[in-house]
Amino acid sequence: MAKLLAVTILVIAAVSAIPIEEHIWTAPADISTHGPLIDSQMSDTMGETGLCFLAGQFVLALFIWMYSGRGREHRIGRFPGGATGLVIAAFLIVGTEVIALGVLGSKAWAQVYFAPLKPGAMTVEAQAGQFAFYFRYPGPDGKFGPIHPEMISDATENFYGLDTQNDPASKDDIVTAEMAIPVDREIQLWMHSKDLGHSFYVPALRIQQDFVPGLDLSIHFTANKIGKYEIVCTQLCGLGHYNMKAYLEVMSRQDFDAWLKQQAALQ
Amino acid sequence: MSVVTESARHTVVGPAPAHVGNGGRRNIVPGNGRLRTLQRNSPPPGSSAIWVGIAAITMMFAAFTSALVVRQGSGPDWQHIAIPRVLFLNTLLLVASSVSLEVFRRKFSAHRMGPEAEMRLNPRWLYASLVMGMLFVAGQYAAWLQLRREGVYVASNPSSSFFYVLTAAHAVHVIGGLGGLLYLIYLLRSQVLRRTTLDVAATYWHFMGALWVYLLALICVKL
Amino acid sequence: MHDVRATQEVKHHGPPASFIRKYIFSIDHKVIGRQYYGLGLLAVFVGMGLSWLMRLHLGWTSLAIPGLGWLNPVGAPGGLMTPEYYLQLMTMHGTIMVFFVLTVAPFAAFGNFFLPIQVGAEDMPFPHINMMSFWVTFAAFAVLISSFFFGDGPSLAGWTAYAPLTAVGSIAGPGQGLGQVLWAFSIALFCVGQLLGSLNFIPTTLDLRAKGMTFSRMPQTVWAWFITSCMGLTAFSVLMPACILLIMDHLIGTSFFVPSNLVVSDQLQPHSGGSTLLWQHLFWFFGHPEVYIAIVPAMGIVSHVLITSLRRPLLSWKTIVASMVSLAFLSYMVYGHHMFVSGMNPVSSLVFSFPTLIITIPSTIIVLIWLGSIYQSRLRVNSASLFALGFISMFITGGVSGFFLAQPSLDIMLHATYFVVGHFHFVMAVAAIFGIFSGTYFWFPKMFGRMMNEPLGKLHFWLTFVGVYGIFMPFHYLGLAANVRRYQAFVDDYTTRLVPVHQFSTIFALFTGAAQLIFLYNLIHSRFWGKLATDNPWESTSLEWTTTSPPPYDNFGGRHPIIYHDPYQFGVQTASGTDYIMQDSPEESVSEETRSSS
Repeated sequence: MAKLLAVTILVIAAVSAIPIEEHIWTAPADISTHGPLIDSQMSDTMGETGLCFLAGQFVLALFIWMYSGRGREHRIGRFPGGATGLVIAAFLIVGTEVIALGVLGSKAWAQVYFAPLKPGAMTVEAQAGQFAFYFRYPGPDGKFGPIHPEMISDATENFYGLDTQNDPASKDDIVTAEMAIPVDREIQLWMHSKDLGHSFYVPALRIQQDFVPGLDLSIHFTANKIGKYEIVCTQLCGLGHYNMKAYLEVMSRQDFDAWLKQQAALQ
Repeated sequence: MSVVTESARHTVVGPAPAHVGNGGRRNIVPGNGRLRTLQRNSPPPGSSAIWVGIAAITMMFAAFTSALVVRQGSGPDWQHIAIPRVLFLNTLLLVASSVSLEVFRRKFSAHRMGPEAEMRLNPRWLYASLVMGMLFVAGQYAAWLQLRREGVYVASNPSSSFFYVLTAAHAVHVIGGLGGLLYLIYLLRSQVLRRTTLDVAATYWHFMGALWVYLLALICVKL
Repeated sequence: MHDVRATQEVKHHGPPASFIRKYIFSIDHKVIGRQYYGLGLLAVFVGMGLSWLMRLHLGWTSLAIPGLGWLNPVGAPGGLMTPEYYLQLMTMHGTIMVFFVLTVAPFAAFGNFFLPIQVGAEDMPFPHINMMSFWVTFAAFAVLISSFFFGDGPSLAGWTAYAPLTAVGSIAGPGQGLGQVLWAFSIALFCVGQLLGSLNFIPTTLDLRAKGMTFSRMPQTVWAWFITSCMGLTAFSVLMPACILLIMDHLIGTSFFVPSNLVVSDQLQPHSGGSTLLWQHLFWFFGHPEVYIAIVPAMGIVSHVLITSLRRPLLSWKTIVASMVSLAFLSYMVYGHHMFVSGMNPVSSLVFSFPTLIITIPSTIIVLIWLGSIYQSRLRVNSASLFALGFISMFITGGVSGFFLAQPSLDIMLHATYFVVGHFHFVMAVAAIFGIFSGTYFWFPKMFGRMMNEPLGKLHFWLTFVGVYGIFMPFHYLGLAANVRRYQAFVDDYTTRLVPVHQFSTIFALFTGAAQLIFLYNLIHSRFWGKLATDNPWESTSLEWTTTSPPPYDNFGGRHPIIYHDPYQFGVQTASGTDYIMQDSPEESVSEETRSSS
């Protein structure tokens, strides 16, 4: 029975590795400038942890196979190096890996959060609320009008609570249900929540950031591939959470300008 | 048979025994029958337990404190409240009740250890602690009444919310302590009060006083 | 009347007479332990049932589940689960499993039964407080389950209960009114119950050890329960005030966690100035130590069972204890890894990631010591040791996926995906359950005086071991493919192709769940008709095996054990011919076979 367990462990470990090796289920292809660093970090980590996983299960299986069913005639032995050796090994192997992953990993993080905004960035706003995302562009004046929460109403379709009568900066703001951005241009995204916790996740863009009610926060990124991608909410926000999504369209400069004009006309 | 006694907190010390049959390991009782360690003088479990309880209560108020600090910094709506003056009187009462209890505790120990076994112990110090403790709780309630008169309720302002939460949480634990004091009085009158029980209850009561002093400082500085 | 200081005797309480004192309101730690075990057993089947419903829905979203419409016509009209009902089931699944199974069974159940016996005491020092701890925990469970039957059902906010969703009330969704309040109240009660437990566990370990039972002679399980009690002290006493503040925001209109200007369902909320992140900080300061509270007792059980099954001491018991202590200590410093993308300062995220990576080291040491102890041992295979070995496999799998999640840059992709769900199910849920199973098969003879059916136990192991890999390994692939969690259906373009993977997992879930019925049958059948057990069926050394199966009322039948050895006297040669020496036996080894380094 012990030998069967050893074989089972090996088979399970090997079979588990197959989908990873064969890249059967992977994340959507990367479309961002900071993405390659994250992706290479991911595959480095996969390599190292994959090795640890296979090695650990292999040693477990091997020892179960070799040392089960031994009677009193077999000598009980001490693992070479004893506990001290194993502790040193743990510190060395795991410690190096930890420092390496920690240090290398922080580069990818820094690129997302500590890199300065590239010049010529375009500002867009995103608002999350049960159960939809809305986006706002500042319009020709380049300014976002103030938000009046008491004016927010789905019924009147005033999603942002803008007072276009009295606030001049709001007059040319463009509110959309879809987010479009020009390709190869740095985007600064200001995020705020209308009601509860939500999150902004675009797998293809390698961006995930929670909205924090009461806090206006910003992230920035550059998309480098034209196409249509999905923005999904990842912070549990109620019964419509699974369906809370929007489309991100990355367009050429001309297409984007045309789209924005079109959206402005619909306000 | 002479034995080596060690307190509960020390592990086996001494050279590895060189006698037959234990392979040089130190944990085995020597062949000559002398027990190397004994759990003779371990403290009564109550004194460990009370520190467990104190640790838990401390962590709870640490959580409240950090919530207070974070909340104060998170919004511009913090308004300082006027501290009801009765709080200072309450503090004196609670500290005095601790002093009174400590006096009683020392007299009790002396009584137990001294030769005058027939000397009757006057319980008035213990009663005084109980009464002053009850007055403390009443005084805290008076503080709440005063705030309510001024129109400051739990939800009026974050600072008032914390005032009520901190004082109420503390008062609840003090009421538990009052129960403990009543139990001491009951044991004393039945003449079965042990020193351990008294020590444990006193530790808790003094902790309530010290905790209140900390909370008062926190309230005065932050709220 | 003088102070009893000579020995650490508990005040003698005679055996109970009435049925109620014997089985219901009992102050005997063994009964309390069995009551906790029963609670854990009930909870795990409820929690597992909820997971079946969840997985059925995830695999086949438009399936009308037979009987569900009758059970809850509002949540599942005609058997078709509504999105809110899915989330409510999910919330209850997580809450029940984490609190009422993973904290109750390895710690409260086995700890209450065996801690006093393993240190040589007659009972815990405060038996009435111990009894209260069980009944308060039971009340907490009752309050939680009651949320199914009141108002519009239980909370749907997940076991993590993030504000402001949980603080603004029923306007945020079904179950967010009364359901959320009942949730918070239940958890606050649970915290109190566990604190009352710590009040007993810690003094028992410090002060009630028998003569000769030094710290270095305590079994691994005692160390594990002691470390866990200390963690519980500091963790539960933070969650409870957080729940109180949440209830206040909910019911009294305070604004601890709710900021200003929130518009929920077109209604401007009256709260102002609160901090959403404050809830997350308070919750995870509790939440991360909680997962170690769930796993450390199971580690202790695995060590304990392995030593007996390997017929040799661990390579170094001290290293394992030191590692468990390091885990406990570090667990307070890593909690921010649940909040990497939460909007807290990104520098804080990096700061939290380093201890998170470093905490791998003590876990690795423990696994390596176990593996090194199997080397050149005399492994005996039975149900208990199979589950202990299975624990090691699960812990390796779950542990390595932690490497991904510990890095904020990778968390950008993996946060809130099925990768996280796979990670914690392996490293905490399944591993701890294997620890519970191992402990059950090992200690059942002692607790109930009868042996469990060994072939059925092995069958249970095989089906469960293969089954849980089938359920949870695919979660990693789903997560790497960016499949978001806590969704009741997968409607995004990039996830519709992943539904077959979910179906695969569901099939394994149902199959594995059915296998647990074998365990339930084995438990019940053996309880009444199992073969009678001897005092020491596993030829083990610790004190529980020196007394009868089950132990008498005062654990040792009036005897006060004197301890001569640590519990690692295996692989020795004795005059009586055994390969082990029990802790309270003055016998010594005739020749030395094993060299235990510490």
